[in-house]
Amino acid sequence: MTTPATTQVGGPLDQGPPAEPRIGSRNRTGDKIFSGTATAAGITILVTLAGIAAFLLYEGFPALVAAPEDVPGGEGFWPYVQPLLFGTVLAAVIALIIAAPLSIGIALFISHYAPRKIAAPLGYLVDLLAAVPSVVYGLWGIFFLAPQLVPVFQWLENTLGFLPFFEGPTSATGRTMLTAGIVLAVMILPIMSGVNREVFLQTPRLQEEAALALGATRSEMIRMTVLPFARSGMVSGAMLGLGRALGETLAVALVLSPAAVISFNLIGSTNSSTIAANIALNFPESSGLAVNTLIATGLVLFTLTFVVNFIARAVVARRKDFSGANA
Amino acid sequence: MTTTTTPTDLTAAEASLSQGRLPRWSTPATVAAVVVLGALAILVLDAPVPLVVGLGVLALLVALPALAWVVEGRRRANDRMWTVLVTIAFALALLPLLSLMITVTQNGLARFDWEFLTTDMRGVLGEGGGALHAIVGTLIITGLATVISVPVGIMTAVYLVEYGRGRLARAITLLVDVMTGIPSIVAGLFAFALFSIFFGPSVRFGIGGAVALSVLMIPVVVRSVEEMLKLVPNELREASYALGVSQWRTIVRVVLPTAAAGIATGVTLAIARVIGETAPLLIITGSTNILNTDPVDGRMSSLPIFTYYSYTIPGVPPEFGVERAWAAALTLFLIVMLLNLVARVLSRIFGSPTSR
Repeated sequence: MTTPATTQVGGPLDQGPPAEPRIGSRNRTGDKIFSGTATAAGITILVTLAGIAAFLLYEGFPALVAAPEDVPGGEGFWPYVQPLLFGTVLAAVIALIIAAPLSIGIALFISHYAPRKIAAPLGYLVDLLAAVPSVVYGLWGIFFLAPQLVPVFQWLENTLGFLPFFEGPTSATGRTMLTAGIVLAVMILPIMSGVNREVFLQTPRLQEEAALALGATRSEMIRMTVLPFARSGMVSGAMLGLGRALGETLAVALVLSPAAVISFNLIGSTNSSTIAANIALNFPESSGLAVNTLIATGLVLFTLTFVVNFIARAVVARRKDFSGANA
Repeated sequence: MTTTTTPTDLTAAEASLSQGRLPRWSTPATVAAVVVLGALAILVLDAPVPLVVGLGVLALLVALPALAWVVEGRRRANDRMWTVLVTIAFALALLPLLSLMITVTQNGLARFDWEFLTTDMRGVLGEGGGALHAIVGTLIITGLATVISVPVGIMTAVYLVEYGRGRLARAITLLVDVMTGIPSIVAGLFAFALFSIFFGPSVRFGIGGAVALSVLMIPVVVRSVEEMLKLVPNELREASYALGVSQWRTIVRVVLPTAAAGIATGVTLAIARVIGETAPLLIITGSTNILNTDPVDGRMSSLPIFTYYSYTIPGVPPEFGVERAWAAALTLFLIVMLLNLVARVLSRIFGSPTSR
């Protein structure tokens, strides 16, 4: 919500502090030390990211080159990681499919529908969802959501059972891939609706008013001005949500009862696990090469989320340049 | 000129300005009617609540646009339908929040007592026991993470706003954003991979957890502090320079104090963000039943881990473990909500620009 203000103030700032150190000034040792510390802190970020990749590669490498029979599962690293990768992507995609339309609706409600006075507190309420610890989400998923969903799954099996997703048999506990996806969807809603809200609020006011002046209804105005303007922002918001969902650990680890399978059945009791959940479940009891294998899967996950986030952020960054011209 | 319709061609009804518009009270009235019908269905017919709510929402989705269609035409009906849809989406988002709060409070209160807050799990097999060791562990680990993250985060933000130009600054900005998206478990694996090189593969201690949490916390701190520093008016900096104050003194004595409230808010929210992290601690701090206050020596429990293991390994009989898991979840939830509240109050009191 601070973005509009930031762009205003950030504008002149981008040209840099006007006062360059003047010529022939007294010695500026303090300045040098301070700016050096600041630069060092910035470089720490780069070093940390590089360090994450390097240390994961270093510790995971033995698993990548180990003889296939030594790796857990006995078939080598790639067969081990494949079902996990599949589960990770599947759960994240389910979450994204559920959360994408909802987050647009939530963001529109806060930016264009809710009365101005209560819009900010409402946004704060949605942000609270982001603060709930994932282990609490996991418990909630098991004890509250899963039992509620069993009849829904039963109905899905009966009516849509011809689709591979819902062929059943329905899990009696409700702890299925679809449940995990729904929990993940709730968890990524705040970040996605947050990004959407920001870009919706940045729609040029004059365009909106022009549409309304031409007699457009509110929904027509939104479809003609807000949504086209916000398209790339919505895409990057979705990518950020996807990145979150890919890496989420405990909620999935608690909700799913995993097996090393690749299955599109979303409501059955055998589900593929996700990379993150698999690490959380197995790491405490692992030793030797099993640890290296888990770290190597972590490296796969890191690469995946890094790419997704990188694309999302690059899209946002490019968009910022455009909106600067519009503002 | 002759083709224009003269007012006399309109009927009296068409000429009226309110013609073709539903009266303002129509929407509240429709909603009220649906609510009353739903309440009647639940009370009199004993219909299941979720079904009634679902049908009620569906009824609104049909009734409001249909009314508009009859009186106002297709475009307005379309508009009404979108309004209803958007409102439903928002209500759907609040549903899990409400249900989370209710579930956690209901289940957690059973064991949320003095004993739970003041004893650890030493020698506890069935009933009783508490989470003192986990609470203390969480405070120590999160505190250390804060001590690491806040200076690094603030200095990075200072670099980005006050010094950073060109390639390096752009790269850092982008990578801070990317770092925000690092999966928490990867942060844990990183801390483990780092420390296991020095201390062997069975390394488990609190400071490792603090390092892992720092990886997650630094980008959050950088982002929020950066936003705050950008909001400090340039006039203040220029005035300070004009008085001959050096740049670093300007930053330390003018810029940072001006943004202090916003920075405090951002740091509080960052703490709230990482205090509930489970996955990295599962890997690098492990779990223990007894109070350990030394972050560099041995396993250290924490609230999220305690919650996790109390549920997955509840002991015999299992209900006591599960009760403790809920109580720990409630404790954690309360801490996080409290931190969020503190952040809000901070930004409200100091009138920082975070709250619009």
